Amino acid sequence: MTPTWVRLAELAAAILFILALKGLSSPKTARRGNLLGAAGAAIATAVAFFYGQEFYGGPVQHLPEILTAIAIGSIIGWIAARRVQMTQMPQMVALFNGVGGGAAAVISVIEFLSVHEESVAMLTATIFTVVVGSVSFTGSLLTFAKLQELMTSRPVVIPLGRFITIGVAVGTVVTAIALILSPVNSLLWLLLGLSLLLGILLVLPVGGADVPIVISLLNAFTGLSVAASGYVLGNVLLIVAGTLVGASGTLLTRMMAQAMGRPLTNTLFGAFKAKAVTTTASAEDRPVKSASPEDVAIMLAYARKVIIVPGYGLAVAQAQNTIRELVELLVAKGIEVDYAIHPVAGRMPGHMNVLLAEANVPYDQLKEMDEINPEFPATDVALVVGANDVVNPAARDDKSAPIYGMPILNVDQAQQVVFLKRSMRPGFAGIENEVLFDPKTSLLFGDAKDSLTKVVSSLKTL
Amino acid sequence: MDAISLLTIFVLSIFVGIEVVSKVSAILHTPLMSGANAIHGVVLVGAILVTGKAEDNIQLYLGLTAIVLAAINMVGGFVVTDRMLEMFKPKKVEKEEVSK
Repeated sequence: MTPTWVRLAELAAAILFILALKGLSSPKTARRGNLLGAAGAAIATAVAFFYGQEFYGGPVQHLPEILTAIAIGSIIGWIAARRVQMTQMPQMVALFNGVGGGAAAVISVIEFLSVHEESVAMLTATIFTVVVGSVSFTGSLLTFAKLQELMTSRPVVIPLGRFITIGVAVGTVVTAIALILSPVNSLLWLLLGLSLLLGILLVLPVGGADVPIVISLLNAFTGLSVAASGYVLGNVLLIVAGTLVGASGTLLTRMMAQAMGRPLTNTLFGAFKAKAVTTTASAEDRPVKSASPEDVAIMLAYARKVIIVPGYGLAVAQAQNTIRELVELLVAKGIEVDYAIHPVAGRMPGHMNVLLAEANVPYDQLKEMDEINPEFPATDVALVVGANDVVNPAARDDKSAPIYGMPILNVDQAQQVVFLKRSMRPGFAGIENEVLFDPKTSLLFGDAKDSLTKVVSSLKTL
Repeated sequence: MDAISLLTIFVLSIFVGIEVVSKVSAILHTPLMSGANAIHGVVLVGAILVTGKAEDNIQLYLGLTAIVLAAINMVGGFVVTDRMLEMFKPKKVEKEEVSK
């Protein structure tokens, strides 16, 4: 039997995981929650060596190799997590999620190879883990590649892509069933190949702003595959931890999809229509009003109320600190300044909050969308820094727009709008933004950090 | 443990999982996702279990691969989440600590 103290330790770890998720749901307790989770994981890992005779059939074999592997993985994970820039956080999470899914899949492959008389339920769980873990693995690696801009972040539509994907999906299911009926190794390799391919095909057509939702979904997938591998191994803790992540991850995915105003199925299967491309071409030579940094400084200096709308462009330019400096100057002049944070500003829900917190922007200046939207009509200047899709009124007014239905920040209702942009290139979703051509809109072209620095220095001279 | 007990645990865990995150604010979506991601790194336990009873070299090497991957998931996940949350520290508390 597995010793009682080991099982009690597992119970403690399970409780710590629940408290971790609970803690992570509130800003005050979030950091402690994460540490509780880490403690639970440490306990679980430590007691894994004491499951005893019944499980290992003797002392734990290959102990030095196992400890070395843990050390190698921990060091890689530690260094990667310490080195990553805050702007690259989403792809890092995707990568960590992918390797977790990969681990679950490999475990099930080993179980399949080592145990030969399985019940149908066991086999089903094993095969489920192989499929879902593999999909999560390649899917996550592909989202990483998209966000890291190793490949285009636009939806990739291959000819007949939908039919190929459906074909591979059907093939995966058929192979899985065949494998349950006749568990032979050759079918397992086929299934593994099909599942890995399926992960790639599912993520390829997902574009731009929808990628974070996919990361969250794949995270839930990995959770479920971990739960299934817990069933295969008869390990209660893996079932509990995996299911917790699977369930909370599914809910989180739904909340994110709601913030985008699009049903999940739409995110996954409705690759943006090519329509946007044609409008881009025709709109290219429409007149826009460009402004100098001095103009912008004057506009801001004589405003009573300013709302800053930060987007991913701000993060890319590493301009968080410069924008904070600008806001401090304005506040010192007695101007009311708030940041309007769209739920999906940046590349992940909550990403912008993380970036601004890094730059020491106080919480109370950060306003969520529902809170700030009614204030735009009473706002003198809306300063949009490196954001585009989240302020595009097409999402509100144009039923044919691919982003129609996504809630937006209503900057077009402000008295004046200033865009800091690198170029006229459309945003992540590839859709033209009408606000840019509005007579009350001024554009200041250039790198967000350069532009902001110039605005700050001319503000100081006013 | 019999299948029904495991099923019971599975179903109850679903409810707990949904319940604990149902009130999360949008600010914390990214750290929560990252923290949940770290928690499923506990698949490391499974990787250790199968490797500890590996019968041949193929199983051993596959098992060690799974351990490395799972450890990256677990350690990297918690560290990266902590880095995100570090920045959420309320500024006031920090100042008080300094003044003490």
